[in-house]
Amino acid sequence: MSAVEAGGRAAPGFLRRALRAGPFAWIVWGGVAFFLVNLGALILSVVINSFAVNWFDSWLPSAFTTSWYGEAWQEFNLADVLLVTLIVALVVVGLSLLFGVPAAYALARRNFVGKQVVMLLLLLPVLLPPITYGIPLATLMYKVGLAGSLAGVIAVNLVPALPFVVLVMTPFIEQIDTNIESAARMCGAGTRQVFTRVLVPLLIPGILAAAVLVLVRTVAMFELTFLVAGPDSQTLIVALYSAAFTPGIRAAQAIDAMAVLYTLLSSILLVIALSFVNPTQIVAQVKEVTPE
Amino acid sequence: MAEPRTVGRTAGPGREAAEPGVGSARVGASPSGASTPLRHRLAERGIDRLLLLLLPAVATLIALFLYPMMYGVGLSLQPRSGGIFANYVAFFTDPYQSSTVWKTMRLALPAALFNVLVSVPIAYRLRGRFRGKRLLTAILVLPVTLGTVLVADGILRYFGPRGWFNRVLLELGLVDEPVRLIYNYWGVMFSLIITGFPFAFLLVLSYMSGIDPTLERAAATLGAGPWQRVRRITLPLLAPGLATTFILSFVLAFSVFPSANLVGEPADETRVMAIAAYQAAFEKYDYTMASTIAVLMGAFELIVIALVLLWRGRLYAGHTGGKGA
Repeated sequence: MSAVEAGGRAAPGFLRRALRAGPFAWIVWGGVAFFLVNLGALILSVVINSFAVNWFDSWLPSAFTTSWYGEAWQEFNLADVLLVTLIVALVVVGLSLLFGVPAAYALARRNFVGKQVVMLLLLLPVLLPPITYGIPLATLMYKVGLAGSLAGVIAVNLVPALPFVVLVMTPFIEQIDTNIESAARMCGAGTRQVFTRVLVPLLIPGILAAAVLVLVRTVAMFELTFLVAGPDSQTLIVALYSAAFTPGIRAAQAIDAMAVLYTLLSSILLVIALSFVNPTQIVAQVKEVTPE
Repeated sequence: MAEPRTVGRTAGPGREAAEPGVGSARVGASPSGASTPLRHRLAERGIDRLLLLLLPAVATLIALFLYPMMYGVGLSLQPRSGGIFANYVAFFTDPYQSSTVWKTMRLALPAALFNVLVSVPIAYRLRGRFRGKRLLTAILVLPVTLGTVLVADGILRYFGPRGWFNRVLLELGLVDEPVRLIYNYWGVMFSLIITGFPFAFLLVLSYMSGIDPTLERAAATLGAGPWQRVRRITLPLLAPGLATTFILSFVLAFSVFPSANLVGEPADETRVMAIAAYQAAFEKYDYTMASTIAVLMGAFELIVIALVLLWRGRLYAGHTGGKGA
């Protein structure tokens, strides 16, 4: 913790530092500002277009309307799509926690022959491009008839989610003192009781973090869902892609209205996520960085 | 990796002391008395009933990941016609297919490199604590959670010939006619940077905050100038983290698919391997060829990762003195 405090003393306020530091700081801040301005304008242009009656060769559309939202809701069956997205995301979160937390516990507490192999099995789905295992998996699912069903969509999304839960949870579990478990066993608790009465309550922050991260990632996971989803098992992101990839058939504004709804959903999830976890955890499974 | 081992060792006695009640009940229930020594011998190697907890996760991954992967490799070796390697030969002899490797690398490598390299100076400036850091990082996470499809949609509006970006350039007199930034290489590149840069930045920032700032101050006390401190202290300590960040950014960029289709030129300039694999599977229904491309995609990605890891293995791999170590 001394590092954090020392860092605080070294950096009393970014504005003062930026003013003192000269051209380098200005270039850095300029770069960040340029990126953020473009990002903001990019999202804003989608939002504005979704309210535009039509928007061609001008800075802003001449007239605004909210009718595209109703149209998008009707035309893309958004009620169904949102329901599917919700079911898929929640079931994936539930299953990956149910399987992943015990596995993380075993990996955190034991060294055994073949642990490296298990770790490799957990790392490969995170490292390989989703298309690489998604295409053979989709091929198999078409063969056994799982493709196009909700179960199939849930199954493919488990592949990246489960290793992610294990990798996020392992450091949390390593932090728990094993003496606490020993004490519980001395007092007569069985393995199940140790889990439900001691470990799970202590792990609640980690479990919440993992759950929210998997939720965010599943809602944004496009490739895998796209490969196996049928017309009735599309999640919002796949529906958005399908609509955007067949331009001309639907009004661009209706597509953008759907995109805005998707952005809202993601932003809500993001706000929830940020109240539980550090932003860096969303992009990777590093909790405390351990360079090796 | 030293940490878990000691944890395991200290966990050992405590668990053994508590286990007999449960364990002996089991042994009593099963008549085979010979299983006890075997159980002990396995336990010495760290294999005991606790590992059953791994079973659901491992079984799921074997069924949904390992088996399909193996099936895919097998499928790629059973082409519709020709010998077992006919698909691979076909892929590398057909320039329309084999050029996808180059097209993917041409997008993924510069994008990952750019994202990592640009992140370093910015993270260096922002490594301390300041007001608004949490807000800034929260804003930067947004494009990562939005995903590539939404960003691609936004790029079509914003960077399009009549979008705001071109309008500003025209107003400023920087260009005479709108620059073509979508439906080509640059559109995909922008989408990779918009989703990839925040990702790389947040990782580099977390590695950078893991470096103990007192090291740098010690160097300053010994007379090192600002550039020397960066060059001799911060960068060497940061390098392994940069390698990891590069790998993860590369993985993200390498699997580019929706943006290559939506804002790129999927017929030619940005026909990446993912598109080729998808077309083989769902447009030509040639699952063996699709599996071949999928396998090659994984192989090429792992080669790049292995090269980076090899380079990373030669870097300083010790304590960074920060909170992370």
